[in-house]
Amino acid sequence: MRLSGPTLRGACFLAASIVASPFALAASGPLGFDDARHLFNRTSFAAGPADIEAFAGLTREQAVDRLLSWAGKPAVTPPPACTAEPFESLRRFRGMSPEERKAALREMNRKAFELRSWWLTEMLVTPSPLTEKMTLFWHNHFVSSQQKVRSPQLMYRQNALLRRHALGNFGELLRDIARDPAMVIYLDSASNRKGQPNENFAREVMELFTLGEGHYTERDVKEAARAFTGWGIDPDRGEFVFRPQAHDDGVKTVLGRTGNLDGDAVLGILLAQPQTAELIAAKLWREFVSPDPDAGEVRRIAAVLRESGYEMRPALRALLTSDAFYAPANRAVLIKSPVELVVGTLRQFSFATGEPLPFVLGVAALGQNLFAPPNVRGWPGGEMWINSTTLLARKAFLDRLFRVEEMRAMAAGGGGVEAPGMAAGAAEGRSRYLQALLDVQFEGNKWLSQFDGRPQLLQRVVLASAPVTEPPPAVQGIELIRHLVLDPAYQLK
Amino acid sequence: MNRRDFLNSLGAAAVTALAPGAALAQRTGADYTRLLVLVELKGGNDGLNTVVPYADPAYTGLRPRLAVPRDQVLQLDQQAGFHPALEPLMASWKSRELAVVQGVGYKDANLSHFRSIDIWDTASNSNEYLTEGWLARAFAATPVPAAFAADAVVVGGAEMGPLRGGARAIALANPEQFLRQARYAAPAGQARNSALQHILRVEENIAQAAARLSGNHAFATEFPANPFGNAVRTAAQLVAGEAGIAAVKIALGGFDTHSGQPGRHAQLLKSLAEGLVALKAALVELGRWDSTLVMTYSEFGRRPRENLSSGTDHGTASAHFLLGGRVKGGLYGLPPALSRLDGNGNLPFAVDFRDLYATVLERWWGANAARALKARFAPLDVVRA
Repeated sequence: MRLSGPTLRGACFLAASIVASPFALAASGPLGFDDARHLFNRTSFAAGPADIEAFAGLTREQAVDRLLSWAGKPAVTPPPACTAEPFESLRRFRGMSPEERKAALREMNRKAFELRSWWLTEMLVTPSPLTEKMTLFWHNHFVSSQQKVRSPQLMYRQNALLRRHALGNFGELLRDIARDPAMVIYLDSASNRKGQPNENFAREVMELFTLGEGHYTERDVKEAARAFTGWGIDPDRGEFVFRPQAHDDGVKTVLGRTGNLDGDAVLGILLAQPQTAELIAAKLWREFVSPDPDAGEVRRIAAVLRESGYEMRPALRALLTSDAFYAPANRAVLIKSPVELVVGTLRQFSFATGEPLPFVLGVAALGQNLFAPPNVRGWPGGEMWINSTTLLARKAFLDRLFRVEEMRAMAAGGGGVEAPGMAAGAAEGRSRYLQALLDVQFEGNKWLSQFDGRPQLLQRVVLASAPVTEPPPAVQGIELIRHLVLDPAYQLK
Repeated sequence: MNRRDFLNSLGAAAVTALAPGAALAQRTGADYTRLLVLVELKGGNDGLNTVVPYADPAYTGLRPRLAVPRDQVLQLDQQAGFHPALEPLMASWKSRELAVVQGVGYKDANLSHFRSIDIWDTASNSNEYLTEGWLARAFAATPVPAAFAADAVVVGGAEMGPLRGGARAIALANPEQFLRQARYAAPAGQARNSALQHILRVEENIAQAAARLSGNHAFATEFPANPFGNAVRTAAQLVAGEAGIAAVKIALGGFDTHSGQPGRHAQLLKSLAEGLVALKAALVELGRWDSTLVMTYSEFGRRPRENLSSGTDHGTASAHFLLGGRVKGGLYGLPPALSRLDGNGNLPFAVDFRDLYATVLERWWGANAARALKARFAPLDVVRA
């Protein structure tokens, strides 16, 4: 049942957060340093000691409420220049000569890169990393890839939509994303017409976005596809249009409901299935708590989600205040994604950076190319982030980051620096890359001075668990930082 | 007790009945000097337009626009022919070292990319969920020699697929970079949870492989200048090293042709054919063609009836290739049964994909297939002894 109106929503928010359950009523004492660090690692791309200490005196509820109060605002970074330009028609490639086409594609790739840089910058500077983390979570759920969608402007609009709803209402997000032009292109919704349905969107909306495998039949997919016929895009304005003449308005049966179902009706049917909340709750668990969802806890979070009418905030609050979230057995059990590793390191150590070029390329080289998940299921995450290629690349990246002074000397001397993902001989690209590296600054002594008199605290800030290899007592200062970030335990959050 | 458990219990009984040290009736080793190259066609390759049933009127009936025109088909026999983009493979067909297996699939086929590739990777039944890859299980049952650089190498991509879970396998993009970066590997320490255990295992694999791999053999063969050509080159370089590898996996992506299929599929098949030709040439240079078996696979084929976007939706059974110096070329399996489509409009299968795996495990490597595949499957007689 959908709720409406801010007052009603607020009241239900309150009610949902007092759901009776042995796990929901958390200890109300102050978090302490380690729990605060854990909360930041899991929700906010990690944080430095000052931020952790600011939260250490709060209770679980206060801490989560503060994070949620900062969240859900628009991005602070000005949007990339290409988004201010008039919309480039999706048909503009027709009638182009091969030369014109090549130039147009190059220009499009340049703009796509600008878009990725914009998002990475936002992740680095945002006062609400939880918002960016949830935006990324939804990007990995309602997947579209710039490699198929092509238009950077449409990918930007989708990203803004995900951010708008990131900590909002899942039902609204589902309805809006289904019509989002980038999604319409990505899942071939516009090719879905009366008489010859294209099942791509209908299948993925059931399999991946709501119910999950095993909770619908092939017949449901076929019937749902009919309901979504007629959905399309105006190619010159890049906006959703509905074409009634292409819509199959006949009687359909989806998941036991029969009628002249249209697309919205099907989405409503999917939201009405209890399984949808279970799928989302389990995904949140795997994102925030551990690789193995606890069945009882998932049911509880799913119930919170359903009872609030699919509001994300009560569900997140229930999850992030639970005993399970803070349980010792669930510390250091999740592998940092490339974004968490790169952005987390830069934020935690207060790096100053210039152009985000090396980091945009860096996360892509580690397997997480923003705006371009590998397929509609998104990045699988977890242990899949780590194989021999990516583990070595992670360590190489971290090593370079904490040797910026040496890199500067090398670059100044004209020495070669590996630039992952750059075409050999792309001279302009290489010099931009080098310049971006030169602009990276780590004020090591200043950062370390936060630990004067409290040396053990450094390790507790940097690592989510004890290192695999204890640093020898003689190793201190920046050497100690290098030792800790190159330890396998640094890959965990 | 089901058939599989019964067979397993028989195996267990046979072993315990023997005194320690007594010779076992079956061979326990395998000849891993023979190489397997797996070529994954990611996205679900359209078998019907790859190995075309050009003489079947149902083919053009189902694909009025998408059917490969009869006069463009490269004839293999009276019923089947290749898509014209596979022209580079005709030399291997004529020299009878290319086997084409039609109708490869499995019972109750799943139409989801992710579920179906899991089924292929883990050699499970349609309703089973296994976690280990079939090759990982095979190498666990019959270990690869410890002196080898690795059990297997996955070129490109982040997913281990058939090597998932426990195999001494590494993933790399190119050998030079791998060797350069391998100094970061720090194999040591205790794991407290499965995430950390995974990381430590990867560190260990890296260190071991790096100690033994090399990556700079100079080939006379020219490799196609595209991502698949690069993967083929990397595979060849790995094989050129002195230390052994039992299997290499490469992949070609983009086969999920829901729309605009004609141009895209032709391009993909061309890349595939040219890449395989270069792979053969490189292996011939190394004197390894007779000890290599190349096998393609894909999560599924595509729907016989075309859709209205000039493409095809997810399907089931499809055709796959086996190539190598010891392959008995020809057509295997059965032509697509276009008059016996199921309720979803999809083809029945003729050859269970695990029969191909059994062929690799038993006929190629001489290992015990039943332990890795958890049941008995029928290998094809497609490899010369």
